[in-house]
Amino acid sequence: MTVPLSWYLIFATALFSIGFFGVLARRNAIAVLMGVELMLNAVNVNLVAFWRYLTPTDLSGQIFVVFVFAVAAAEAAVGLALMISIYRTRKSINVDELNELKL
Amino acid sequence: MHDYPFVFNLTWLIPLPTALAFFAIIFFTNPKKRLSSNVAIGAVIIAWILSWAVAFAFFLKPELTEHPFDLHVPWLPMGEIAFHMGVAVDAVTAGMLFMVGFVLTMIFIYSSGYMTFPGHLDPKQYPEAAKEGLDPRYSRFFAYISLFATGMLGLVVADNLLMLFIFWEIMGLCSYLLIGFWFDKSYPDPNQITPKQAGLKAFLTTRVGDVLFMMGLIFLFIHAGTLNFQAIFANVEFMEELAAATVTLPVFGAVSWAVLISILIFWGAIGKSAQFPLHVWLPDAMEGPTPVSALIHAATMVSAGVYLIVRMAPLFAASSHGVNGAMTFVAFIGAFTALFAATIGVAQKDIKKVLAYSTISQLGYMFAALGIGAWVAAIIHLLVHAFFKALLFLGSGSVIHGVEHGHHHVHEHGHGHDDEHGHEEYFDPQDMFNMGGLLKRMPITGWTFIAGALSLSAFPFITAGFWSKDEILAHAWDGGHMAVYWTLAIGAFLTAFYTFRQVFLTFFGKPRTEAAEHAPESVRAMTWPLIGLAFFAIFGGFVAVPKSFPVFGKIFSDFMIKLMEMQGEFYPFLHVAPAEFHWTPAIISMTLALSGIVVAWLVYGWKPLEAGQPDPLKRWLGPVYTVLEKKYYFDEFYHLIAVRPTLWLASFFARFDRGVIDRIVNWVGAFGRWLAATLRKWFDEYVIDGAVNGVGLVTTWTGAVVRLIQTGQAQTYLLILLLSVAVLLLLIPLR
Repeated sequence: MTVPLSWYLIFATALFSIGFFGVLARRNAIAVLMGVELMLNAVNVNLVAFWRYLTPTDLSGQIFVVFVFAVAAAEAAVGLALMISIYRTRKSINVDELNELKL
Repeated sequence: MHDYPFVFNLTWLIPLPTALAFFAIIFFTNPKKRLSSNVAIGAVIIAWILSWAVAFAFFLKPELTEHPFDLHVPWLPMGEIAFHMGVAVDAVTAGMLFMVGFVLTMIFIYSSGYMTFPGHLDPKQYPEAAKEGLDPRYSRFFAYISLFATGMLGLVVADNLLMLFIFWEIMGLCSYLLIGFWFDKSYPDPNQITPKQAGLKAFLTTRVGDVLFMMGLIFLFIHAGTLNFQAIFANVEFMEELAAATVTLPVFGAVSWAVLISILIFWGAIGKSAQFPLHVWLPDAMEGPTPVSALIHAATMVSAGVYLIVRMAPLFAASSHGVNGAMTFVAFIGAFTALFAATIGVAQKDIKKVLAYSTISQLGYMFAALGIGAWVAAIIHLLVHAFFKALLFLGSGSVIHGVEHGHHHVHEHGHGHDDEHGHEEYFDPQDMFNMGGLLKRMPITGWTFIAGALSLSAFPFITAGFWSKDEILAHAWDGGHMAVYWTLAIGAFLTAFYTFRQVFLTFFGKPRTEAAEHAPESVRAMTWPLIGLAFFAIFGGFVAVPKSFPVFGKIFSDFMIKLMEMQGEFYPFLHVAPAEFHWTPAIISMTLALSGIVVAWLVYGWKPLEAGQPDPLKRWLGPVYTVLEKKYYFDEFYHLIAVRPTLWLASFFARFDRGVIDRIVNWVGAFGRWLAATLRKWFDEYVIDGAVNGVGLVTTWTGAVVRLIQTGQAQTYLLILLLSVAVLLLLIPLR
């Protein structure tokens, strides 16, 4: 028995929602970044699933996933570097206190 | 297409060098005085060479009179017709080019010597110019005369009336600028006209003639559809129609179009050639530097009026088919002016004013000749007169220059203590009663001047003036125009008299002032042109001796007469038959000319005047002399009928302006201010301010509300984003 496409999509939606919840609700900036990673990977699951079920002869889905990995890695690196720099100046990485955008 | 000499194709270049010189001096060489004069002289010499090349090319092929050269290009297209810009060469043009090119060059060279630092300026004010010894506006003078030369050469080569009119006006402008050249000069006598006023007077007086001239041009253009000379005159049918068609004028009644147009055009010539009643400007134009008087007011510009009528002669002749109006008018004005101006010339003191009246008088001879149909004689007198009158003017300039120098010499060496008295007594270097005995001091000037004077007074056989003037008188007699003949003959007597009065007063006897005693001969730049012009003033007539004249007709050539006759034959309506020779008029005119000289000798030469002695004529003529001296009170008369009413009208309008117009304007202004104040109070305060403040307030409120959601926390923004997407998804129905 094969697993139908909708299962993957439901799984990816759940993963995306968990990640989004993390981004919105966590106060620790590192946890927010982790939420972002979850959201990106939920998209990756979608991409691979659609490739496998809809256009198996076309490699574009897989290639796109590889690009997302690379971009996510870069994003994490930049994000963590920012966190370190924020921590050095403010001794905190609590996102509730980071309201400089308002100024 | 006929076989024209190649050089004819270069005719259009003739006015160019001097035009370029004008711009070069104005834009580049103005600060360098000597360079400017050299540029101008170089340009005029090129123009001279070109002019003579064209003129002699024509003289060598007299058969070209049958096919005048015309070269033109379209210029101003107007609907279906176009004005053409072009040049034409016929015998008249060739003759004029011969004269104008040479005279211009002589006068340019003369000017480079004449325009020294003028006596009326303070050397302290112009230290540099005074050090160089040249007029502070030396370069400007050469720019002006270059532009003038362009005007004259252009006028001569123009092949249509419009271009002729344009160059005509260029000369009018230059005349104005040059008469008023010493615009900062003033005299102790407030009634003596200053150069500035004289320039204005010349410009405004000629304007009267020019407006009528332009009306004539417009009428001619309406009828002919072209202003090209040859196109108009070749169309005999058209000319006959023009002479037959009449127009009804107020006062004059029915007049043929040809007569009307001819007379309107003739008014342009009356203004330009200073004929009665527009003669008043020329004597006052003598306020300009003397080369200008020679250039503009003797040799070239004033003869442009005669040239115009010579050109338009076929139209004048055509107009005499019906009522003989135009020609009679021309003859009357010419003969009257010839005598009238000669009488004034008898009683003038100023050496240049005598020449000015003599110019007016001689131009009158030419018009009289044109009026009686002596077309050829008019042209020849025009050419010859230009040579000897330019010579006389340049000679008088040399005399004035010498006397002025003598005066300075005396002033510097003789009266060292003068400065203590402040201003020296005013000395007029142009007054002939301040001269005398100058022949010894200035031999070249003196002898050339006498040569010119002999020519002007028509001394028999050896002078050019005799042959040309005799030709006019012979035509008048031969044609049965007795009134014209006697008027001109009496004029000839007066001409000889005032000319030799001038010669005896200036050059003979003893010097009547210290200035005259110390007058030096002029520099070579001034004497050489005199010699050049004297040559033509004497010998120029020997190519125009009529064949029918006994003895001399066999010896000398009648080349010029033949050439002009052939040219005249080409144009329709002109009757240019040579005059028969009659002994009576020849002897009368010779006797009159000689007796004029003898009478002048008896009055002024036999017993020369002592210093301070008044003119003996004054005693003999009494009140008549005063009337002549005052020029028949024409200036006063024009002042009364033209200047005063104009000034009165102007002051009336000034008062009207201040009393009525200004009051209305002020009232409108006050009303406007009241209205504005009211509006400001009500409308501005409540409506405009309200609107502006309202916009501000709304913005403030909106800002206060919207800033509540601007927390600065990325998570809040994301939440808002999520909610917004959710709302959008709910709003867009899923399919």
